[in-house]
Amino acid sequence: MKRLSGGLIDRSQHLSFTFNGKRYQGHPGDTLASALLANGVQLVGRSFKYHRPRGIVAAGSEEPNALVTLREGARAEPNTRATMAELYDGLVARSQNHVGSLNFDLLAVNDLLSPFFAAGFYYKTFMWPRAFWEKLYEPAIRRAAGLGELSELPDPDAYDRGYLHADLLVIGAGPAGLAAALAAGRAGARVILADEDFRLGGRLLAESDLLDGAPATEWIEAVKAELESLPNVRILTRTVIFGVYDHGIYGAVERVSDHLPTPGGAVRQTLWRIVAKRAVLAAGATERHIPFADNDRPGIMLAGAMRAYANRWATGPGTSAPVAIFTNNDDGHRTALDLMARGVPVAAVIDARRGVERQGDYRLLPEAEVVGTQGRLGLHSIRVRTSRGNDTLQVGALGVAGGWNPNVHLASHHRGRPVWDGEKLAFVPGQGGPSGLFPAGACAGKGSTAEALADGLRVAQEALADLGFAAQAVPLPHAESRQDNTAPIWHVPGKRRAWVDFQNDVTVKDIALAHKENMRPVEHLKRWTTLGMATDQGKTANVTALAVMAELTGKTIPQTGTTIFRPPYTGVSLGVLGGGDTGAHFRPRRLTPTHHWAKANGATFVEVGPWMRAQYFVRPGETHWRQSVDREVLAVRAGVGLCDVTTLGKVDVQGADATVFLDRLYANAMASLKVGMVRYGLMLREDGTAYDDGTCARLAEDHYVVTTTTANAGPVYRNMEFARQCLWPELDVQLISTTDAWAQIAVAGPKSRELLTRLVDGFDLSNEAFPFMACAPLTICGGLRARLFRISFSGELAYELAVPARYGHALMARLMEAGADFGATPYGTEALGVLRIEKGHAAGAELNGQTTGQMIGLGKMVSSKKDAIGNIMSRREGLAADKRLLVGLQPVNPADTVVPGSHLFTQGAPRDLAHDQGWITSAAYSPHVGSSIGLAFLEDGANRMGEVITAANPLQGSEVAVRVVPSHFVDPEGGRLRA
Amino acid sequence: MLIPHPLLGLRDAQEFTYLGDARLIERPTSGSEADLAEYVYLRDNPAGVHRELWFHEQGDRSWLVVTRNTLTHEILGAELARDVSLARKGETA
Repeated sequence: MKRLSGGLIDRSQHLSFTFNGKRYQGHPGDTLASALLANGVQLVGRSFKYHRPRGIVAAGSEEPNALVTLREGARAEPNTRATMAELYDGLVARSQNHVGSLNFDLLAVNDLLSPFFAAGFYYKTFMWPRAFWEKLYEPAIRRAAGLGELSELPDPDAYDRGYLHADLLVIGAGPAGLAAALAAGRAGARVILADEDFRLGGRLLAESDLLDGAPATEWIEAVKAELESLPNVRILTRTVIFGVYDHGIYGAVERVSDHLPTPGGAVRQTLWRIVAKRAVLAAGATERHIPFADNDRPGIMLAGAMRAYANRWATGPGTSAPVAIFTNNDDGHRTALDLMARGVPVAAVIDARRGVERQGDYRLLPEAEVVGTQGRLGLHSIRVRTSRGNDTLQVGALGVAGGWNPNVHLASHHRGRPVWDGEKLAFVPGQGGPSGLFPAGACAGKGSTAEALADGLRVAQEALADLGFAAQAVPLPHAESRQDNTAPIWHVPGKRRAWVDFQNDVTVKDIALAHKENMRPVEHLKRWTTLGMATDQGKTANVTALAVMAELTGKTIPQTGTTIFRPPYTGVSLGVLGGGDTGAHFRPRRLTPTHHWAKANGATFVEVGPWMRAQYFVRPGETHWRQSVDREVLAVRAGVGLCDVTTLGKVDVQGADATVFLDRLYANAMASLKVGMVRYGLMLREDGTAYDDGTCARLAEDHYVVTTTTANAGPVYRNMEFARQCLWPELDVQLISTTDAWAQIAVAGPKSRELLTRLVDGFDLSNEAFPFMACAPLTICGGLRARLFRISFSGELAYELAVPARYGHALMARLMEAGADFGATPYGTEALGVLRIEKGHAAGAELNGQTTGQMIGLGKMVSSKKDAIGNIMSRREGLAADKRLLVGLQPVNPADTVVPGSHLFTQGAPRDLAHDQGWITSAAYSPHVGSSIGLAFLEDGANRMGEVITAANPLQGSEVAVRVVPSHFVDPEGGRLRA
Repeated sequence: MLIPHPLLGLRDAQEFTYLGDARLIERPTSGSEADLAEYVYLRDNPAGVHRELWFHEQGDRSWLVVTRNTLTHEILGAELARDVSLARKGETA
């Protein structure tokens, strides 16, 4: 097809692209939509539900129909609006939602079955049998109804996030936005001008009207040049402001390289958080349709879009046949005039209004309506009802002008309620809405170019005065000031389906059905019919639907409801919201001081919160993790093992009142702890539940180091600061987290004392001088400052040795070297777990936020002599009466495996909640016992030693007979750790 | 959202951890289980101006009492929780 004259395309360059495998040509300045129309392609997709052939409807981001899959492979992006896809050389696009070719979609049978697919059909029909929904109905419906498909490949592109700051953010670069930006730029304010288009000008680019007697582009280019010359102005094209957030923060997505043949390399899109003191919303308006019978055929477009394609993109509506216009306002006539001026033949203007006059040399059918259309894959003819009878017009395209809806979207964030303007027949921004955001121009109902220019300037100057900027003169060009005179003609009644929402296949009949079913409030209407959902969020449909519902209920439009909009204004990709935080960058990863040593020594790692911890160390010949873990456990029990326990939280507590502070924090008594000693400490939540445990070491009169579990290192520190600052600010105490400052290595096993003797600098490690639960600052290896704690998680004679974090790696190597003749063995978190289960120590699985001090056997520790956090509530009825107790379990048949998560039942009792006796929290294979063992909370556990009960795990289908035993499988008297 | 930290000026809300009603500062000292039960479980949830605790976890580790309108998210002020607590204790002493 031949392109029309003029337009903002660069005819000197040719870009080739393919659509559904067929090759076409376009020019720089084209969108995929304009290039398709210029190549005579009207059919671009199939509809959501009925698989009706569909074409391009609009020329901007409101496009409901022309959704294509852009690019191929991992970069394939479904549901891309062809109207927003900038053409580049080599662009590849495919249509969506059809089985077989676009021309012969096998699922078009849905259209014949349309009586079955009306609103609410699924809710009523696919109710029974229940199991069929998930297995049969839903997959079948999802296959038949839907949009594009994801590639399911990892996204190869990079995204970024950033902050921008401005005095004035101008949203939209049409006449109102440009006038506002110019005023603010000249006044010296920091300005950001953002527009979703790739070219400044907004609707001016789509019109033929002159500014000061010259083409509008001359004024636009002059303004652009001036704004670009100002250092206080930043222009963001290809940038959509998608939402207004708290305190003047605006969400924006800049499509940095989506318009390039290969978006990779640089950033594809950037998420900007724009912090703006004031904002001018100059988002323009969106034209609406007038539903009539079969109004969805390819070739039927919004009239304003048809005009935009002719004026800006020098293309007709994809046909060489004549064109008709159907309108309820004067703006439709402008389209006819512009098309004729560009050489597009106009068959007629069908105006639904009474008493209208021709504005040019075209056939006018007044008081007339389009009542039907023909053409399977593209429009062939329309039927028109006039006062003199029906007529058929042979046309290849039809422009529909139903009036303009102001783009109030952003103004209706933050509880803004648009109000109905009965004269303009449109919702305009009302009270409320984001503070600091001021609508101007067409989105405020001031749609002529002259009004928009003046309004943009006025609103910007008011905002600037508010911010203290002195106004500068901004002469505005002379521009058209026509009014549309839109009549309240919302749809053409008839028997056949008339589409209101193209994207969701919602027709006037569906709205009538919703009315009949009493789904009349707009919220119900939306959810019952799916009107206004999906990628376009009803930009062209919502107000029309409301008008139809108003007609059915006999109420006015404002009585019927208001359509408001949530963010985002247009779809935002998850990729850009994620920014660079994907894969390994999803969250920070913390490495222990001995990480690289462990890696070099065969460690397999496990994620523990943000930490990577050594799970076990594989030695040559070991083929199963259990071999490694059993060996490590036995090495600790027989000789000496080494484990990096740096990840446990450490908090340094200092001050004259440190003792008082810790005594109020721990449930058990701390005030009596002597200098040079360590005590186990249990923290409760204020509601009395067990919260966290650790050790509390008193290094000096006014200096303690307390430890927390790895998982609670952050929260416990936060709570300690809460207690210090909010509850007891009068206490002289200071806290700092030293988790990262000290590397700490557990040296555990009967040979641990002998090994440490080889490292310490003349420090007496004898049992008399440094007994169980002693602690001391000391030096090791000839002067390195260190801290030694004689504490044991394994039940063996054991120590924890802390050195400044940077010496952790060297310390591990030195301990291994010095302990070589004892068979010193590094062990990981698995062996650590086995050792503590054998010893019956509680850990995360036991301290899960549902258990009490009594349950873990520490009830007597909770002091009744003091008011510490949680102590009083721990004694309340119900909690205190709980007789469940932590016990050990051993399978009666040593070959059986105890499964954690199993629930406990008296033998032969029904497996139901009423007979539930408790549950297994932790289990492991114990090389010491020679079988699988477990820890469990058991009802009345203290009185059931020796009883055989059943551990049932219906999820794994296991039932194991287990014997109740004390939770200490190893050295119940504690002789080893005191040796 | 931006929070006016009394020591550090305007800070992004993302640097903070939220806790809730600032009345958590008023921990009862009576030793009564009923008083503690009310302290632990009963809180107002006003639609409007609310005083609440925020922790500057990614910052200077101050606990703040922030006055916020829960309907508009307008922040009307922020104080160090320590000062609030000390003032309260001074009054009741």
